[in-house]
Amino acid sequence: MSTTVLLDRAATADPMLPYMATVRAIRPEAYGISTFSLEYDDASVPLGFAPGQFNMICLPGFGEVAISICSDPNSPKIMEHTIRYAGSVTRAIGRLRVGDSVGMRGPYGTPWPMQLAEGKDLMIVSGGIGLAPLRPVILEALHRRSSFGRVLVLYGGRTPQDLLYTDEFEKWQNGGIEMYVSVDRADETWKGQVGVIPMAFYRTRLDHRNTLVFSCGPEIMMRFVIYEAMARRIPKEAIYVSMERNMKCAIGFCGHCQLGPVFICKNGPIFRFSQVESFFGREEF
Amino acid sequence: MVGSATPRVSATVVLSKPALQRVLDNLGNSGFQLIGPTVRDGTLVLAGIGNISELPVGWALEQKPGSSRLLRINSTDYFGCTVGPHSWKRYLFPPQTDLLTAHRNGKGWVFEPSPDDAPPFAFIGVRSCDLHAIAIQDDVFVNGNIRDPHYAHRRERAFIMATNCNTAASTCFCTSMKTGPRVHSGFDLALTELPECFVIEIGSEAGSDVLAGVDWQPASAFDLGRVSQLIQRTERQIQRQLTTSDLPKLLYDTIDHPHWDVIAMRCLSCANCTLVCPTCFCSTVEDHSDLTGSDTKRTRVWDSCFILDFSHLHGGNSRPTIKSRFRQWMTHKLGAWIDQFGRSGCVGCGRCIAWCPMGIDITEELSTLRSLGAR
Repeated sequence: MSTTVLLDRAATADPMLPYMATVRAIRPEAYGISTFSLEYDDASVPLGFAPGQFNMICLPGFGEVAISICSDPNSPKIMEHTIRYAGSVTRAIGRLRVGDSVGMRGPYGTPWPMQLAEGKDLMIVSGGIGLAPLRPVILEALHRRSSFGRVLVLYGGRTPQDLLYTDEFEKWQNGGIEMYVSVDRADETWKGQVGVIPMAFYRTRLDHRNTLVFSCGPEIMMRFVIYEAMARRIPKEAIYVSMERNMKCAIGFCGHCQLGPVFICKNGPIFRFSQVESFFGREEF
Repeated sequence: MVGSATPRVSATVVLSKPALQRVLDNLGNSGFQLIGPTVRDGTLVLAGIGNISELPVGWALEQKPGSSRLLRINSTDYFGCTVGPHSWKRYLFPPQTDLLTAHRNGKGWVFEPSPDDAPPFAFIGVRSCDLHAIAIQDDVFVNGNIRDPHYAHRRERAFIMATNCNTAASTCFCTSMKTGPRVHSGFDLALTELPECFVIEIGSEAGSDVLAGVDWQPASAFDLGRVSQLIQRTERQIQRQLTTSDLPKLLYDTIDHPHWDVIAMRCLSCANCTLVCPTCFCSTVEDHSDLTGSDTKRTRVWDSCFILDFSHLHGGNSRPTIKSRFRQWMTHKLGAWIDQFGRSGCVGCGRCIAWCPMGIDITEELSTLRSLGAR
């Protein structure tokens, strides 16, 4: 009976209608990038998300943007979103203060396959702001560290100043996560590795029969991550990528996010690489 | 048989031509807004009608690549014109839909869904290709996990009076797409126009009800034979063909084919083909706010994969060239659609061929790609 009621609600609800949410905190991460903690005003909004899912955040008059949820899925009440001020909507969000309001709806999209990773080694490879949708994976892995084998994070940024969540790295390492961080261009303060992140594969040893790769970053980076992983005999079924395209609705209506046969919003954004292989990295496709 | 009794569902009846007016009156009196083909602005459009005289009697639509011309002909047919630039999506998925309003309330906002005050529509003269197009848009908007309430509201209340084609244009290729010219299902009434009468198949209770008070007679085997003959004649008129047996694979295999560059030299990226296409469903969302920014209206408007902005992403555009945008349209329409929804996104109506200012012909381009082979 309760199922019927839920279905009825879903059928009558307008899926494009946002709920009000309040900015609870703003944490600057890097130049032009901040993390916004958002909480729905209405306590009756159903909560809960899985690592890798995203919300549609809007400011009336500016529009809506799809932003990954980057916080701990075990505390879904306040959701964090790391936003780079890139377009008109994100720049307007960048002018908000704590206590201001936004519209929000979600979560949408497919999650990272955490269950498949249980008992296996998990290799997280990301570049730049691509670490945001993988942070829930890391936080989840920290909660249930013993459920996974090795957990490795390979993270690259353009410069040391572009790296996200650097103040958390020590905690992650203490929690049993192996971190390999590198930058493309170092400065005098940088004591770590220099070079593009796929090169970090050469600094690790992998059990190719027992490793899952989760990757998010620029497509050019993921292309080489996939190359390096497959060169180490990791099957393409064990490689997961997060794809990004322009999105207007997040529910499969607007058509903007299509990549060949898939809608990034509803079939993705997380794909098993073998699902998108034929269309991945095809020029202008 | 005659008079007040209504025919049962799936029966076929014969009506005199003037009696169609009574059917339209019944629909109008039941609260439907009648939408049908009519001549306006120098072409055939789908617009509000009330009287059968507003149907394009005495007109024919001559269509060929890059050309659609109304011609005066000596005919008393009401449904003798093939499809014009409009399709029924204009009414089920309008060019602009109000989604919601946002009203500033102190520090926050109040979001309210925008009501749709459209009356229920009765579509008069839906051809088989367009009937399939409606079913294809149903796949997108109401048959998935998430229903679009705006589309559903209009679709559920729509009355469909379909018509079997008694003529085909040179741009038609529904026989290739298995979408016509005979209407099979998904209608309330299905008309076939013979020179002196209408033969009407009753598709639903609603269809039966609107024949109340109309003079009708059961169709004879002779009438049904004439209907079949007429449709067969229309089928024979259809010359254009599109081979579908190797789709979507052919299009996936030819992504890097240089022929896309050849098409791109002709394509203006004007988006006409997507606007006239009865299945193209892409849209964008726009906010319109007043000067103070305290009242915003959010609308959904038709968009097109030919528009540069369509695939804009921070740091660039994923389809910056005309070649990539044309390839997206055609690969989606004829190929990826099958993977997404289990059937082709093309119904063979030929609108994109007629309304392309450069006369680019999707059937010809596909066959060129096929003959040149995968690259």
